[in-house]
Amino acid sequence: MRLLTREALLSFRRAPLLSTLSVTTIAFSLFTIGLFGLVAINLREALRGLEERVEIVAFVLRGTPAETITLASQDIAAFPEVQDVNFVTEQQALARARAELVEFKDAYRDLQVNPLPASIEVRMKQGQRDAATVDRVAERLRGFGFVDDVRYGREWVQRLDQLRNVTGLVGLVIGLAFAAVAVVIIGVTIRLTILQRAREISIMRLVGATNWFVRGPFLLEGAIKGFLGGLLSLLLCYAGYLLFHDNGGGPFGGLIFFGPQQMLLILVFGVLLGLGGSLVSVGRHLRHV
Amino acid sequence: MIRFSHVYKSYPNGALALKDVTFRVSKGEFVFLTGHSGAGKSTIMKLLFAEQRPTAGEVRVSGYIANSLKADEVPKLRRRLGVVFQDFRLLEDRTAGENIAFALEVTGARTDTIAARVMRVLTQVGLSAKSRAYPRELSGGEQQRVAIARALVNDPAILVADEPTGNLDERATRGVFQLLRDINAGGTVVVMATHDLDLVRQTNYRTIELREGSVVYDSAVDEADTVGAQ
Repeated sequence: MRLLTREALLSFRRAPLLSTLSVTTIAFSLFTIGLFGLVAINLREALRGLEERVEIVAFVLRGTPAETITLASQDIAAFPEVQDVNFVTEQQALARARAELVEFKDAYRDLQVNPLPASIEVRMKQGQRDAATVDRVAERLRGFGFVDDVRYGREWVQRLDQLRNVTGLVGLVIGLAFAAVAVVIIGVTIRLTILQRAREISIMRLVGATNWFVRGPFLLEGAIKGFLGGLLSLLLCYAGYLLFHDNGGGPFGGLIFFGPQQMLLILVFGVLLGLGGSLVSVGRHLRHV
Repeated sequence: MIRFSHVYKSYPNGALALKDVTFRVSKGEFVFLTGHSGAGKSTIMKLLFAEQRPTAGEVRVSGYIANSLKADEVPKLRRRLGVVFQDFRLLEDRTAGENIAFALEVTGARTDTIAARVMRVLTQVGLSAKSRAYPRELSGGEQQRVAIARALVNDPAILVADEPTGNLDERATRGVFQLLRDINAGGTVVVMATHDLDLVRQTNYRTIELREGSVVYDSAVDEADTVGAQ
């Protein structure tokens, strides 16, 4: 085991340039995957926040009796998809508008007639906030005779959903392309090492080293390179994260980084890339030595 | 210890390297393989340590049948053989001691026994003082002694030497040859390929002569025949 490690580490000293090249390629491949991954998880996080606020607003026709609305509210609250229902009277709507829309304070101050309609605000249960369900509930709300109009943020919810999927996909595709390049480069590096050390390998064989003994150092070498590449990519990702995290007090203030499991995943992926590259190369070239 | 039965070996390019080679080497023997370059000496060597497989016939070495060796049995066979070449095949970036230790490490020997075993074989070949010398700091004869020490360190039953004196001057040749004789005297079978006929004539060891892939003379067989005919 000590010999194995020693031989594997020796190759870094023997071919520092090539080793650096493989580590960097792996790092970039994982960095790409990692960056898009970061964007994806942050989008998901943002969407979760937005989804919390997904609500359907049903504007009520002027002059609808309070009892009708109360009964309807109870009905709506009983929908399986609905978390809670909140009735906002015309006065409450006005008060809210005055408080929230400070810019239009003056416009709302001297009103003779309240222009704002009363409304029923419906919040959806968690897990029922996807576009299709929201659509369905909105349709049922439209069915009530006293409902004038129904509004909900369907389109942007959908769009964010798509953005998240596209980001994830693009990241995966580009990252995998880089990963393929990394495997090839590692393969070439290992192949060069094998050629460089052909004599040593033939001597190892001659004195009775098993195939796995000969392969071991090369595989370990690949795995170490993969691990280093993974580590480097995490550092790069973290640097990128800090860059946005620090600058963007506003929209980027709440950015999150990978959790321990996701970081581990990236490292494991790096190790697998390294191992894969060396396995292919060792399998193909060791036989000819 | 070694048995070749009607062995044929042809290479992918169609060249026939061995034709119907049959011989047997018993415990304790010292055997010369002689013949011109291309006569098939090296092919026999390669068959011995399973670098190559026979095209037809059977090769038995130290209890292994080389024809049907599985990939994981080749290393086991090689640990029971010591192999020495004309060009020494030492690793240039390791000292004499490390070169020998390498052969032990590779076979998974216990770490705490390695130093003592290396010193034992270095002493046996008369180089105990050169353990820390790199191959380039050693003469040809000394390098070949290190190679022999490496071949001996796993206590092989058979030592296979392919032109071990081919690169050495006369004095070094005598020294290395004497060393091989001493090793043989200790009970190890030695198979030595050479075209140095002076060396062959110095002793009355068994000689197998090859020509164009066939055995044309085997002193063990032919002299027995001669004796029988008398």
